[in-house]
Amino acid sequence: MTDTELKPAILIKQLTFAWKRQTPLLSINHFILARGEQLFLQGPSGSGKSTLLNLIGGVLPVKSGELTLHGSNFGKLSQRRRDQFRADHIGVLFQQFNLLPYLSLIDNVILPCRFSSKRAAAATQRSGSPEKEAHRLLQRLQLQEMLKDSPPVAELSIGQQQRVAAARALIGAPELIIADEPTSALDADTRDNFLDLLLSENRENNSSLLFVSHDQSLSHHFDRVVSLNEINQRGAA
Amino acid sequence: MILRLALLSLWNRRGTALLTLITIAISVTLLLGVEKLRQDARDGFFSTISGTDLVVGARSGSLPLLLYSVFNIGNPVSNIRWSSYQQIAESDMVDWTIPLTLGDSHRGFRVVGTSDEYFTHFRYGRQQNLSFASGTPFDDLYDVVLGAEVARALGYQLGDKVVVNHGLGRASFSAHEDKPFQVSGILEPTGTPVDRVLLVSLQGYEAMHLDWRAGVRIPGMQITADQARERDLTPREITAFMVGMKSRINTFHLQRSINNFRAEPLQAILPGVALQELWQVLSIAERTLLAVSACVVFAGLTGMLALLLASLNERRRELAVLRAVGAGPGRILFLLLFEAMLLTLLGSLLGVLLLYTLIAGTQNWLALEYGLFLSLEWPGKTQWLLLGAIQIAGIVAGSIPAWRAYRYTLADGLTPRT
Repeated sequence: MTDTELKPAILIKQLTFAWKRQTPLLSINHFILARGEQLFLQGPSGSGKSTLLNLIGGVLPVKSGELTLHGSNFGKLSQRRRDQFRADHIGVLFQQFNLLPYLSLIDNVILPCRFSSKRAAAATQRSGSPEKEAHRLLQRLQLQEMLKDSPPVAELSIGQQQRVAAARALIGAPELIIADEPTSALDADTRDNFLDLLLSENRENNSSLLFVSHDQSLSHHFDRVVSLNEINQRGAA
Repeated sequence: MILRLALLSLWNRRGTALLTLITIAISVTLLLGVEKLRQDARDGFFSTISGTDLVVGARSGSLPLLLYSVFNIGNPVSNIRWSSYQQIAESDMVDWTIPLTLGDSHRGFRVVGTSDEYFTHFRYGRQQNLSFASGTPFDDLYDVVLGAEVARALGYQLGDKVVVNHGLGRASFSAHEDKPFQVSGILEPTGTPVDRVLLVSLQGYEAMHLDWRAGVRIPGMQITADQARERDLTPREITAFMVGMKSRINTFHLQRSINNFRAEPLQAILPGVALQELWQVLSIAERTLLAVSACVVFAGLTGMLALLLASLNERRRELAVLRAVGAGPGRILFLLLFEAMLLTLLGSLLGVLLLYTLIAGTQNWLALEYGLFLSLEWPGKTQWLLLGAIQIAGIVAGSIPAWRAYRYTLADGLTPRT
């Protein structure tokens, strides 16, 4: 194992974030997500969840403190470099409306490969081409029926849409997956099924997973559970 | 890649995009159409007379003289003596002259007395001579040649009888019914005031007025059409005449000597200069038209702006997805700018296409009905400038939603408000 591979997926030290001169929205002393770890971050709305995800995703700049992703001092990179880093290393999964209605099923899945040659290369190495890798992932996520008919993505059920979105997050095996309440629009049955598929694929990729949800009942699926309210000391100082 | 996404995204919203496109196209058609009309009307205006070096009439002012002698508008103040005309026409510097006598009309169209020189020397547009659609110049004393518009409006054909009214009023009650004229020829359309006149010989004009004095029939005096043929029909006076110089160098010299003519007060004008003066008067209307159509383009682009802004809210999620897979805010900015650019470009293209279809479709009708000759030609410099200005305005308009999208993507980040 090389040195960088031992570095944690996410390492946060003394990170604070505030919009100009306001009281901090977020203040985290120490947080770590180990490589390959699947973490359940419990955070009700208003707990600074969006801010944390935008910082980790590289959309917001880190102004004070340290944010390291896989050993690279991510928070200090320029906006452009952070965007490219996100394209290369992070798969993002939203609550809903993850898909572009004007792209086909396959095109939606391979979208990250268009923005990142690294992920395109990884997908090609695995299956021969990004399209073939998309096929493989969609099959693994039990969407083989859809592959035959290839309906417009808007006609898929929400559960199916979330699985396509999961395939998009997973393609090219990014080191980190950020999932923001991806199951909140699903009913109980689809939810467990979706979670199982996501977690097993994620494990197979050797990716780390930061899964954010307010729904405590999902926590037993994960390696570790952290409550955002506990680690966020804003206003405490 | 981002281009393909922009195109696909736009195609996905093709309903609203098409509406925008049509709005822009119509405003572009209007702007270019008005500009085209303006230019062609101007060209038509300046081509009413060409190849004539001087127009001579009684001293009044250059505009009135131009109006009544060339445009058949307004009334001459007074006539000029035949002897004065003869004296100038025989000058060494003069190549040809066309005498003009005005005063009578036929059903709202003016009757002009002139000579054969009218058909050989009068030129309009790009030095074009008059040509006959049918028939020949007047041969007999009572022959009349019709302008294209006159023949069409009144439905006259060769051989038809025409009775001339005394005076220029449409509702004149005194007619020269004792001396009817016969149509000997009909001219091709020219798009100039010539289309709206009836041409007779100076002698014919004189014959009609043998038994008239000061606008009324002389009581007790009756000269029949055939009796008139026996009389001396040399006119005593004419209204104006056009002059062609042997050498243009002498134009100013002759003009000066005519303006200082001893026998009676005369005035010679350069038609080009007088046309220019007249156009100055008309140019206010011209500029107003252009300003109005510029407003229409502004409205069209505002429509596009409204549409882009409205669609932005629906597209917030789309933009967040693109952002999540690695698109930077710069690319999002470009995506929206490109869309505005494409809409403006396609709209302009469609507008130009529409304009040319319209011109091709209405060309004949406009020429016949209004004497307006629109040419189907490649857009000129002004048109290209206008199209360029529209393109820039489109990009400027597009930069507003693009900037807002940019702000959204920064604010929303990876957690779009749904």
